[in-house]
Amino acid sequence: MADESRINISNAGEIVTARQQGRMLAVQLGFDGSELTVIATAISEIARNILEHAKDGEVVISQCYHRRKCGICVVARDFGPGITDIDQAMQYGYSTHKGLGIGLPGTKLLMDEFHIVSVVGEGTTVTMKKWRH
Amino acid sequence: MQVPILKQGNYLIASVQSALSDDDLRLLRADLSDRVGRFRSTGVIIDVTALDVIDSFATRTLQSVAQMLKLRGAYTVIVGIRPDVAFVMVQLGLTLADVGAALDLEEALANLNLRRRNLHEHRVMHIGEAGGGSRAAGAPSPPPLSRAHRRRDKDEQPRSGHASPRSVEHGR
Repeated sequence: MADESRINISNAGEIVTARQQGRMLAVQLGFDGSELTVIATAISEIARNILEHAKDGEVVISQCYHRRKCGICVVARDFGPGITDIDQAMQYGYSTHKGLGIGLPGTKLLMDEFHIVSVVGEGTTVTMKKWRH
Repeated sequence: MQVPILKQGNYLIASVQSALSDDDLRLLRADLSDRVGRFRSTGVIIDVTALDVIDSFATRTLQSVAQMLKLRGAYTVIVGIRPDVAFVMVQLGLTLADVGAALDLEEALANLNLRRRNLHEHRVMHIGEAGGGSRAAGAPSPPPLSRAHRRRDKDEQPRSGHASPRSVEHGR
């Protein structure tokens, strides 16, 4: 993999850094206008999730290929409390915090691929991809 | 980074310059709430042209600022949501209730002025119904009352002895 940025997420300012890095890489990969905003917003949502629930984690942004498709891959990893009920967490409008409950389900809507793995007491990893059309 | 707030007549204009952190937003909320009281502003314009991302957190915060200002007596208009940002907000299902939206500052000011005028006409109409008909008939409509004027009227009311059309409005 040629380009990869790794951003530690431990304060709100780093969320902004993460989405700026994501936007920069997406521009390099040839994404345009609204797709750039989609990718930046998805990174923003997922990074905020780390900050709110685990306090500390990282976002790794890289390019990815599948057959002849090219895309951007975002991995958000934390070693926080984990999610007890993923189905519930993925429900639109459900939030354990005082949030809108849109973060996780909304991000899934924005991206082409979205996988979440969580182990209670160990942490959560979200892997998401957006393909260039 | 602190958000600069300008005063324009009865309105306040807050121009968001960069992505807002939680602390910036808390500061903006406190600042606006304080100034709405100090300047007796009836409208607040928040310019978000500089924001390249409005996620669920930013939406929730803008919403809470607007709702709080509404309780302080001011109406909020958000200006300059970019087309891409609007597209993503719709995809995410994010909405802003109790908040107006306008393309640019000019339209936002027109929007607030119209709102002010409508409120005023509504008030005049009610005065007419309440028995002040002679005044509402052919007389030119009085200029919009500022809050300070209205307060003064209210204070003078017990002294003047008889009910003027304006005091009828206050009695309602």
